[in-house]
Amino acid sequence: MLICEEKRRKGCLMHIYLPIAEVSVNAFLLLGLGGLVGVLSGMFGVGGGFLMTPLLFFIGIPPAVAVATEANQIVASSFSGVLAHFKRKTVDLKMGTVLLIGGLVGAALGVVVFNHLKALGQVDLLVKLCYVLFLGIIGSLMFIESLNAIRKSNSGTAVPKKRKHGLVHKLPFKMRFRVSGLYISVIPPLIVGLLVGILAAIMGVGGGFIMVPAMIYILGMPTKVVVGTSLFQIIFVTAFTTMLHATTNYTVDVVLAVLLLVGGVIGAQIGTRIGVKMKAEQLRILLALMVLAVCGKLAFDLLVMPSELYSLGVGGH
Amino acid sequence: MIRILLAFIFLTAPLHAEEVVLGLSKDRVDITTSFNGSEILLFGAIKREEAIPDGPPIGVIVTISGPLQPVTVRRKSNRFGIWVNTAAIEVDSAPAFYAVASSAPLNETLNDVEDLRHHISIPRAIRSVGAPDTITDAESFTEALIRIRTASGQYQLLENQVAVDSQTLFRTSVQLPSALVEGDYTTRIFLTRDGKVISQLETSIDVDKVGLERWLFDLSRENAVLYGLMSLAIAIFAGWSASAVFSLIRQ
Repeated sequence: MLICEEKRRKGCLMHIYLPIAEVSVNAFLLLGLGGLVGVLSGMFGVGGGFLMTPLLFFIGIPPAVAVATEANQIVASSFSGVLAHFKRKTVDLKMGTVLLIGGLVGAALGVVVFNHLKALGQVDLLVKLCYVLFLGIIGSLMFIESLNAIRKSNSGTAVPKKRKHGLVHKLPFKMRFRVSGLYISVIPPLIVGLLVGILAAIMGVGGGFIMVPAMIYILGMPTKVVVGTSLFQIIFVTAFTTMLHATTNYTVDVVLAVLLLVGGVIGAQIGTRIGVKMKAEQLRILLALMVLAVCGKLAFDLLVMPSELYSLGVGGH
Repeated sequence: MIRILLAFIFLTAPLHAEEVVLGLSKDRVDITTSFNGSEILLFGAIKREEAIPDGPPIGVIVTISGPLQPVTVRRKSNRFGIWVNTAAIEVDSAPAFYAVASSAPLNETLNDVEDLRHHISIPRAIRSVGAPDTITDAESFTEALIRIRTASGQYQLLENQVAVDSQTLFRTSVQLPSALVEGDYTTRIFLTRDGKVISQLETSIDVDKVGLERWLFDLSRENAVLYGLMSLAIAIFAGWSASAVFSLIRQ
């Protein structure tokens, strides 16, 4: 915990007491963390929630506050993004709404699961296991895929584009999604939305890193509408999650959210500029490595014997 | 009857032979946005009607206790290769903050019986009644609670930290950490001779969130829906204006 000692008092004038987290943290540290994650999210076009939430754990923010506040921050950081996508008309509102319906149900389920496990004292484990599992899978898939892409672009052969007619075309309740140019069943998008909603509530992430691959590979949506549509859905799901956490757990810290946000928005602008200068495959392989690094660190913590076997929970069961 | 009364006066008289008078550098601590811990200075004098008694020097013990809360202590063990919380004990009441300062090592200034009666030492300040039948080593859980809170500065054992001059004036200071819980902080002073408490005094320090901190905290508890909507609105506005400012700078 970042408690300042009397001796260093002069150096910590910028400490700020967070009203809900009830800890005092250096404001510049929070701005810096926001900025760092912002640079990465701008570079890679991801929300960065999956990096920010574990970082908040590391600096001593209580996990429940970190998860709830991060949801609040994602709403804000996605907002300016979705405005830009609306201007470019790269949001599939119909698909977004279907995903959203699944997402809201999922978020409600996720908060119920979260609160139940919190009572059992297993919420940290659940959050960490979710991180290890999903970051591990997504990171490995991305790493392999981008390695292949680099190898192919080096050998000069074009990637053949296949139009798959899989399960998404066989299921009932078909609907036409004009912006995406799809005529598919609503069941797969509902399920994708539901699963991402559950994860958003439990992990304190927007879920873009799962949603984007799912939209491309499972639903077969064109890449240009994927980011805008997922941002559209994420805003509403995380706003809903924020409200659920704020009303049931009282764990949304608005001061923390604003500090992270200001750093994050500035960082994102810088990140976008860096991202433009790099090749897509290089970006993806870097992102994959970063995802795997976070996954590795969390897995390591679960597998290695902790230095303190005991932990405290205030308020009892 | 008179004999009993006389005996009573005789027994209680030494209790009032030496009394404690106390001063505090502050009796309230305001948690503001820039709050980063606070130091409390305690000073006082020992008032007596007669000469300083012979025998061992007087002992002074000062305790500051934060609000009492139930705490769940959980223990991890290895299941299927990963470390999982498997056992838990509910400690009925443990102070959120506890500092005990004494003029000499605590076991010299205070005997066990008095400690048990007044709940002075850190382990005695924690009350733990029942442990589930499945847990046989309940003490290791309370030890862990003390260990973790001592490491974070929430529990402080400050032996030899009370300075006593000429057996009359005493002073000490206690550092309150920045992660402080609101409430009444009970402050107690004990005078001891030969391990026995001969006089005691209790007062309290008010720790409160003020200003913006107070307002936000109250709103989040009493009007959670409004607080949630406000958080979203502030966050969206901050995010939108930060990017608007950035694009203005760029042009």
